[in-house]
Amino acid sequence: MIVRGADRVLVMGITGKQGTFWTERMQAYGTRVVGGTNPQKAGTLHCGVPVFATARDAMKGAEFDVAVLFIPPLMVREAALDAIEAGAKGLVVLTEHIPVQDVMVFVAAAKERSAWILGPNTAGAVTPGECFTGFMPAFNERIFRKGSIGVISRSGSLGVLFCLNVVQAGYGESAFLGIGGDPIIGTTTRDALAALDRFPGTEAVVMVGEIGGSMEEEAADYARTMAKPVIAFIAGGAAPEGRKMGHAGAIVMGDKGSYASKRSALEAAGVTVLDTPSAVGAALKARLAR
Amino acid sequence: MNFEEYAAKPLLAAQGIAVPRGALARTPDEAARIAAGIGAVVIKAQVPAGKRGKAGGVQRAATPDEARIHASAIIRMTIAGHLVEKVLVEEQVPIERELYAAVLNDPSSKGPLVMFSTAGGMDIEEVAATAPEKLRRQPVDIRRGFSRTDAGALVQGAGIGAAEGTVADVLAHLYEAYRAYDAELLEINPLALARDGRAVALDCKFVMDDCGIVRHPDIARTGTPEKLTGLEASAKAAGLKYIDLDGNVGVLANGAGLTMTTMDMVRHHGGRPANFLEIGGEAYTQARPALELLLSKPGIQSLVINFCGAFARTDVMSQGVIEAIEALKPRLPIFFSVHGTGDEEAIRLLKARLGVTPLATMDDACAAAVRAAAR
Repeated sequence: MIVRGADRVLVMGITGKQGTFWTERMQAYGTRVVGGTNPQKAGTLHCGVPVFATARDAMKGAEFDVAVLFIPPLMVREAALDAIEAGAKGLVVLTEHIPVQDVMVFVAAAKERSAWILGPNTAGAVTPGECFTGFMPAFNERIFRKGSIGVISRSGSLGVLFCLNVVQAGYGESAFLGIGGDPIIGTTTRDALAALDRFPGTEAVVMVGEIGGSMEEEAADYARTMAKPVIAFIAGGAAPEGRKMGHAGAIVMGDKGSYASKRSALEAAGVTVLDTPSAVGAALKARLAR
Repeated sequence: MNFEEYAAKPLLAAQGIAVPRGALARTPDEAARIAAGIGAVVIKAQVPAGKRGKAGGVQRAATPDEARIHASAIIRMTIAGHLVEKVLVEEQVPIERELYAAVLNDPSSKGPLVMFSTAGGMDIEEVAATAPEKLRRQPVDIRRGFSRTDAGALVQGAGIGAAEGTVADVLAHLYEAYRAYDAELLEINPLALARDGRAVALDCKFVMDDCGIVRHPDIARTGTPEKLTGLEASAKAAGLKYIDLDGNVGVLANGAGLTMTTMDMVRHHGGRPANFLEIGGEAYTQARPALELLLSKPGIQSLVINFCGAFARTDVMSQGVIEAIEALKPRLPIFFSVHGTGDEEAIRLLKARLGVTPLATMDDACAAAVRAAAR
């Protein structure tokens, strides 16, 4: 699920306000946007690329690898199924508040066709120096710089903070993967960790998790097998039990999904767990020096 | 969104699952009248919490007079912090055996999970821990669904004998209900095998996916709204995500992850966060109402404002905050940390209009806010 500079990108919902704003930025950064969709504006040009009614039409007129969806919540299921049936290799689903049963439908369809999904409820992904997909400030050099640290985050804003700290410490990112804050997502922390483990040029991985669910615990099982150092931060240690903290996935019920459970699972797997985001630079230095 | 038993049971019945005859009462007299039409009844406190029986909120009554007496004791009881305002008055079902059935969203298999157990009436987490062989689980491909045949296979050989067919019907209907109502959890515990051969849902827990509420406006009206404090309710009305906490350092940030982390850092530096307040996603233009809300919270001694722009532009958020500060002229110390999309413009605006320079890191801002609150 790491998008490369050579990958051809279709922007679904390209003509909307956000679709337009971020398509222009993706293009300026170097993302190879080959087309967009909007059933009402098929046949026109937008941001200099052809607009199609569907992803299936786009695949015939402007072959693409990755679909980025700027689509309202209740319309995502159909749009995602369209992109999967069209033969997309991967989907970046930015939308928040998609009904979970809709997510299950397109996640199952993607799995059957071996397509990956980032999100839903992700800010997207950045491969510094190559491209970005979604709404990340990839063009801000104090935050994203080509380097050797892979970064995984459920949250966009917190991911930005970590990337800022990574760059301030003198490193750069090989790739940033926003996996999304929903309870059910296409790419789990573990999947993203495995992808960065295999991604050439990645020397260490910073994993930014949150309370709720069991993804960090599952990722710990994979981290145990890795030669590359893994550094983690878990947001939500100060959150009260039983309340949804903004992200639908971030909720603690009893011990399940708790900060303590995640921290101990990660530490037992040899992962350095940070108390504060600004400690990431020092932790990277320590782990990479070994 | 949670649904109490009285609101959930009619939804099950509409999908073909048997539930006890009964009605909701708000007064002891009403309970007695309902009991008169049924016979022997159970009086059940209706509150959005479990373990009602243990708290004394479930009582049997043989006559309308007994129903009145029990109802008057249960109404105005407090169970798990909730004042009981209504009771469900239901027929007593002669029980042969208690089972368990549920369908829920399963993040591990990324699809629905149907669960069935012959150990009904118990906490299912306890069953999973102490008698896992009694718990059967079937992950479902949501595109294929869960048929009556699938349900039959799940209950086969579970030791319920001739009731297999009836219970399989319930499981298949329960799955249909889960799909029809955008449930994230639909649980029948206990599912009673009655002496007359019926399978009856004696209790039901239903949680609707909050993101699915827009598709079921009529049903959602029968759900129980989350218990909110005054500030939480006004935040919700303004489209903001706000949670009251008991500390004295106010927190305003963008994005759920960053907001949680800001709370964590306040605590890490020895302080107590006063709240969770997120302006994120499409709500990032709401900085002014957000700050106004926060400044009205009693007991706040200092404030940390932490913006990290990805989708949300920090210049737009800062503009909103600046306008709120100019209008309200708050006296408490405010500490900023601003990074990401639009940060150069945001920092320029904060300097020019408020004469404030954001701190270099969020740690610095949180630590400064904690020190100021302690003074």
